[in-house]
Formats: sequence, structure tokens, C-alpha cells
Amino acid sequence: MLAPPRLSLRAIAVWRRNYLVWRKLAIPSVLGNLADPMIYLFGLGYGLGGLLPQVAGVSYIQFLAAGTVCSSTMNAASFEALYSGFSRMHVQKTWDAILNAPVSLDDVVAGEWLWAAAKATLSGAAILVVISALGFIASPLALCVLPVIFLTGLAFAGLGLIVTALAPSYDFFMYYFTLLITPMMLLSGVFFPIETLPAAIQGISSALPLAHAVLLVRPLLSGQVPADIPLHLSVLAATALCSFWLALVLMRRRLLS
Amino acid sequence: MAPLAQLEASMPAEVLSVSGLRKSYAGREVVAGVGFTLAAGQCYGLLGPNGAGKTTILRACLGLTSPAAGSIRLLGHPVPEQAREARTRVGVVPQFDNLDPDFTIAENLLVFGRYFGLADRQTRRRIPELLNFAGLSGKEKAKLATLSGGMKRRLTLARALVNDPDLLLLDEPTTGLDPQARHLIWERLKRLLAAGKTILLTTHFMDEAERLCHRLAILDEGKIIAEGTPQDLIAAEIEPQVVEVYGEDAPHWADSEGKTYARRLELSGETAFCYLQDGEVAALLTHLAGKPSMRRLHRPANLEDVFLKLTGRELRD
Repeated sequence: MLAPPRLSLRAIAVWRRNYLVWRKLAIPSVLGNLADPMIYLFGLGYGLGGLLPQVAGVSYIQFLAAGTVCSSTMNAASFEALYSGFSRMHVQKTWDAILNAPVSLDDVVAGEWLWAAAKATLSGAAILVVISALGFIASPLALCVLPVIFLTGLAFAGLGLIVTALAPSYDFFMYYFTLLITPMMLLSGVFFPIETLPAAIQGISSALPLAHAVLLVRPLLSGQVPADIPLHLSVLAATALCSFWLALVLMRRRLLS
Repeated sequence: MAPLAQLEASMPAEVLSVSGLRKSYAGREVVAGVGFTLAAGQCYGLLGPNGAGKTTILRACLGLTSPAAGSIRLLGHPVPEQAREARTRVGVVPQFDNLDPDFTIAENLLVFGRYFGLADRQTRRRIPELLNFAGLSGKEKAKLATLSGGMKRRLTLARALVNDPDLLLLDEPTTGLDPQARHLIWERLKRLLAAGKTILLTTHFMDEAERLCHRLAILDEGKIIAEGTPQDLIAAEIEPQVVEVYGEDAPHWADSEGKTYARRLELSGETAFCYLQDGEVAALLTHLAGKPSMRRLHRPANLEDVFLKLTGRELRD
């Protein structure tokens, strides 16, 4: 049960299955994923931004744009790994069908993990396109955001799959969003700088993967090289790999017992 | 007489062999030392009431659960160690429909082929043949939601054939289907047997097992309680003749006069099942001719009689 992942290229077949379903609804899906963060970005960015002087040296909407890229990536990865993943694992029994073919559970979970991360990357990238059209992107350095959001997607896809592996029903996911995702969004410097928080809480922030994603993405969008790149990348990569492995162990316990 | 080597070559190879299989869930042993072998070209049936361990045995054969004890060899591979390799040559029809509702019929087959490492070009070439076999010709682009239960079962069968398997595992393939749909599935399964495929089937329909299976095992509480050809089991386990007597008076009759005519008699509601030797039938029928308040049906014993004798008439939920 605790064995390290044994992966094969069949994971790609699982990824492609999800891609084919997504492709049928690609345009509504992208627009749907874009609408919610855009409403917050413009609503808060212009509404609240009008009341504020510059935040951390930039206009508030520009500050918020960087945070939105990260939070939107996190949300897209979480929704895919939780609701869609649970549908395929438990409701539609899609995984059961796949496991009867020469595909291992490790491959199925890896395919789902990579797919949720890819979809999250697309979600983050769509926001990048919009904010670049609005002139909030300073230099081509912004392209380095893409690998960062992919890694962020892997981290939250892995965490989401852990929750899916434990979930008895869809209702369970509410706890994850309310108790983890929402506080993480507020403590990771998406809406306001972490420095405005009390010192004790800043300590919590430094342990949150989303905070590390924001600390990489915000300077990159303003045309600066981020500080402490190895630290931030390590936290994201460690979250991604550890959560994937734990999700796999829990999935094996749930499905192969 | 044929030389030994030639005899051996013509002997069917073992497609699946299971021995000493044990598996417990939450302290309850659901498979308690099961063993059987499946020769190439054979249809082998696992029969048992609900909860007898049939599905667990199939899952173990596919390497999807690790048994507590026992050994399994599937198409030359030890399972679960090399289950993935073995599954390359196996097709599975699961008990519950798990077709992809987001895909058309053709996409269901195409995507499933990818799980076997088949190139799309290869699968596309096979799709018309597979759909023809499933009686779904021309429905490539049909959405899954438009299919009836019987059509979905046939598509699941076609999907199980996408890799041209040597062995098919069918878990209650006709549960929930109407008689027309069941007969069509049976006819298709016979065609697959004629084409040289090997089939392992679980069912609780005795007529299905009697029609399709060369050999079968009756399971109860995780153990095989009888094994053989359907004819051998009927001959060995039960009297050859059955007279069913029904009507309001049947229970009373069974308790009094019935016993003198049938050495073994079972009562279920208002029906008395009289199990008789060939020579005992005439006397009972003559006696019943004088009892117009009860209806009667005389028939040869079948597998269902064997099954009920061995596993009892109580409900298994």
C-alpha cells in the first residue's frame, strides 16, 4: 500500500480521456472558469482599488491580478480533482472500467493528477491573457508564470485527490473549501499583502503553498525576478509530490482492498 | 492411439487456475478457500446467491484485490504480481454499467482501446465489426443516453472485445435485461465460444448457466459446494423428476398425504416441490388426478432445483 508510485505511459490514455470530454465543452468551460475570477478582479480591483493608494508599489487592480492568477489556478485544480474526480471515481465508475484494462490504479491517479494540473494551468493562463490585454503585464518575464502555475496546479490537484480519496459523498468537499481553501486564499497575499497580517499569522502564511505561488507570480508579472526562487519552488514541488503520493496510498486503500 | 506428445498438444491449455483463494472483509471471510481451473475454449460458470463471493473472486483474478491466501495464474501470468500484463488479453463485462456517458458509442470504444495501448487507427478499423457484433451497426455517433439497457449491455460486451481478448470475464451479464435482450446476449456469447474464446461467467440465473456453461461451480458463503457439468450436477445432486403442486390446499396436502408419495418434498409458500425417481411419478400423478383443487406441473429436474437444494430457500440479502 505504501509502495512508491509505479507509473507507465498508460497514464496518458487516462489524461486523454478527460481531455476528450473537456474538448466537447471547451468554450463554455473556459468562459465559465474565467467569469468568476474576472468579476472579483474588476469588482474589487476597481471598486476597492478606487479607495486605495498604491499597494506594494502598484495599483490595487494590478496587485490583485497577480493574486487572481494564482487563486484561480488553485480553484480550478481543486474543483477538477474533487468534484470531477469523484464523479469519475465513485459515481460514473469510470475508473473501474479503466482498471479492468491493463492500466494500474497508479496510472489512473497520475493521469487525473496531470489532467487537473493541466486544466488549472489553462485557467490561470486564460487570466494571464486577459490581464495582459489590459496592460497589467510588464515584460516577457511573465511567461515564466506558466511553469509556476502548472506546479501550483499539481500541488492543489494532489491535495484535492487526497480529499477525494477520503470522501463519502460530494457534501464532504464543502469542509475542504470552507476550512482550507478559503482561509488559504485570505492568508496567502491574494487580496492584500501578507505583511499587513499579525506576525503570528504571517508564520502560518509562510507554510501555505498558495502564498509561495503568489510570491513567485507577482514579481514576474511586474517584470522583476522573484526573491527566494528555490524556496518557493521547493515548497510547491514538495506539496505536489507528497500530496500525490499520499492520495495514491489512500486511493489504493479505498479501491484495491 | 495417438502418441502422448500429440495428445498433450491437443489438450486445452489452462487459461485460468485458482487455488486456495481466501479473502476477508471486516473480519468476515467472503472467499474461503476457492479453487478451480478454466480450460481454453470453455465456458465456466460461478453460481451463487448474493454475497456468495462471486464478484470478489473475479476481482482477485484481475489482480484488483490482494487475496489473504491462495494462488492465481491468469493466461500464464501470476496474479496479482503480473496482473497488468495478464489483463492485456482479457475482456471484462462488469456487473454495473460503467460506459462513458460523455462519449458517443464509437468514442467509448476508441478511448477504451487506448487503455490497451491500441492506436486509434487500429481501433477505428475494428469499430464497424464490433458494432455489428453488438447489433449496433450505424450507431457510431449515437449518444450513450439514447441507448436502452440492452443496447448498453451489448456495447459493454463490444467494449470488452476491443482488444480481441482470449478470455472474457462476465459478471452477471444479463441481470436487469428483458427476455429478448437476454436471449440476444446468450446467442452472442455462444458465437464467441464458437470462435474459440474462453468465458468465465458469474450468474444467479440457472437457465443462463445451463445454456452456456460447460462446467460450473456452485458457491455458498465463499466456498464451492458443488462442481461439474450441468448434467452431472443434476444427475449427482438431485432426483430426476419434479412435480410441483400448488394451490391453497397444497401445504396441508404436503404435510399429510404428500409425504407418502414423495420421499423428498419441499414447501415454499403454497407450492409443494416433490422430488421423485422415474418410477415414482405415475403413482403421484394418479393420486393428484383426484385432487382438482390443486394444480400440478411435472417436469425434469433442472439446475435451479440443484441450486435450491444446496443453498436453501431462505433469502440472501
